[in-house]
Amino acid sequence: MTAETNRPLLRAEGVSKFYGRHVGCRDVSFELHPGEVLGIVGESGSGKTTLLNCLSAQLEPTAGHVLYDTRADGLTDVYRMSEAARRLLMRSDWGLVRQNPRDGLRMGVSAGANVGERLMAVGARHYGNIRSEATDWLSRVEIDADRVDDPPATFSGGMQQRVQLARNLVTRPRLVFMDEPTGGLDVSVQARLLDLLRGLVNDLGLSAVVVTHDLAVTRLLAHRLMVMKGGAVVETGLTDQVLDDPQHPYSQLLVSSILQP
Amino acid sequence: MSVVRGYNFAYLDEQTKRMIRRGLLKAVAVPGYQVPFGSREMPLPYGWGTGGIQVTASVIGPDDVLKVIDQGADDTTNAVSIRRFFARVAGVATTERTTEATLIQTRHRIPETPLAEGQILVYQVPIPEPLRWVEPRETETRKMHALTEYGVMHVKLYEDITRHGRIATSFNYPVLVNGRYVMSPSPIPKFDNPKMHRMPALQLFGAGREKRLYAVPPHTRVESLDFEDHPFEVQTWDDVCALCGADDSYLDEVIVDDQGGRMFVCSDSDYCRQRRDAGHAGHGGPSDLETVERGTP
Repeated sequence: MTAETNRPLLRAEGVSKFYGRHVGCRDVSFELHPGEVLGIVGESGSGKTTLLNCLSAQLEPTAGHVLYDTRADGLTDVYRMSEAARRLLMRSDWGLVRQNPRDGLRMGVSAGANVGERLMAVGARHYGNIRSEATDWLSRVEIDADRVDDPPATFSGGMQQRVQLARNLVTRPRLVFMDEPTGGLDVSVQARLLDLLRGLVNDLGLSAVVVTHDLAVTRLLAHRLMVMKGGAVVETGLTDQVLDDPQHPYSQLLVSSILQP
Repeated sequence: MSVVRGYNFAYLDEQTKRMIRRGLLKAVAVPGYQVPFGSREMPLPYGWGTGGIQVTASVIGPDDVLKVIDQGADDTTNAVSIRRFFARVAGVATTERTTEATLIQTRHRIPETPLAEGQILVYQVPIPEPLRWVEPRETETRKMHALTEYGVMHVKLYEDITRHGRIATSFNYPVLVNGRYVMSPSPIPKFDNPKMHRMPALQLFGAGREKRLYAVPPHTRVESLDFEDHPFEVQTWDDVCALCGADDSYLDEVIVDDQGGRMFVCSDSDYCRQRRDAGHAGHGGPSDLETVERGTP
């Protein structure tokens, strides 16, 4: 690792979230460096999404801190920022790709408007420029230029997910949170989306936190892996290391549960 | 018209009027900000001007001269009944002339005659929240106002241009007040938006069902939202008013026969009458623009 990547982009310090007596996630700490992709795996109910919501400033943790390296002030606790600064961060420097594209898109307006929304939110006021930028980003996620004026409701699931990606990447975020980005897509569409994601992550030098229950996704995308069970992290390490030589019994179970075709 | 006994002056009780006036003071102090208020049941249905009528009742005094317009006209049902209502419960003088009025309650139009300092214009507002189209949650829209997150307003305009090649929103066109709050101007045509900008008269807005008041103080900046390459523009007509020949007023299209014949007349009936009194006249008949093509005789 070179000197300038030594400063983490995102740091979690003992993040815990309790829902009353139930544990969402417990005492999670890690650092994410620029250009790094972290995969979080685990079964349903293991606290993956809770952790992602805590990290992406959507759910305040019961204990612990989430620090982000902002462009202006350096490493800052995202829950100590003013709400205005936090929301600006979320729509400019961060991206959030949801499992269900219907949660992350405006289904009633055109794909171009969906992609252009973030530009308008940070002050773009030139229709021609917004539209050409949107068209450009849609082509980068392999959506034809002649579909730019169609609403996402007329798109297939895979296309909607790609529009969601373009919508998030248009402001050139440094950090993208993804919650099951390939959930609900069939395998060939999944493969194309993963291919695209991997290319974009490399080209743009994005950092990402990817939550998934699909180990194949992490194998392709993630550099490092965190395995969660019952709200706690049971194993961390390089992706290949965790997948090929799992140490914790639960990780071993998880890896051995994959069907070998 | 005889004044009805048994009611307080201008129908509402004094405590209610005080409450509304307090809300109005706050609204004037923060131009474009929506102030919640305890809207009362009024003797007319929601959607007929319950907000406007409560604002009027709260600010009207015995010396005021009231004018009420609906779609620009003084003689439509809504205008006539509200004017009659205040004549009976407040005993105030009423007028149809814009220049004589001190207080004008309006639905859907701003009079063509420029308003002067000292006059008050009261708007009836059905949906006070300009962000409602993009965000259904009230908690979220309040936050967006508080944090000046107005980017999404342009999504609607963007979508208009994408679908129609131009900004097709023609009424209730969103405005930015005093460089701070995005505000719904109520469903006035966008033709009237420029009149709000630095208007010498006080503009008060009341939404009865939604229980919100807001205001634009005299001489305040009111800018219509637009794009740099698609600037805001108002409607134009190919014809002039058939009655008074005006080419600078908002025209209503009136169908005059079963063959699709139509004529254009001023929507502001007082403005049209003023011009006719001053000797102006239009061509008088139906418009000759593509008249009979719609039906087979």
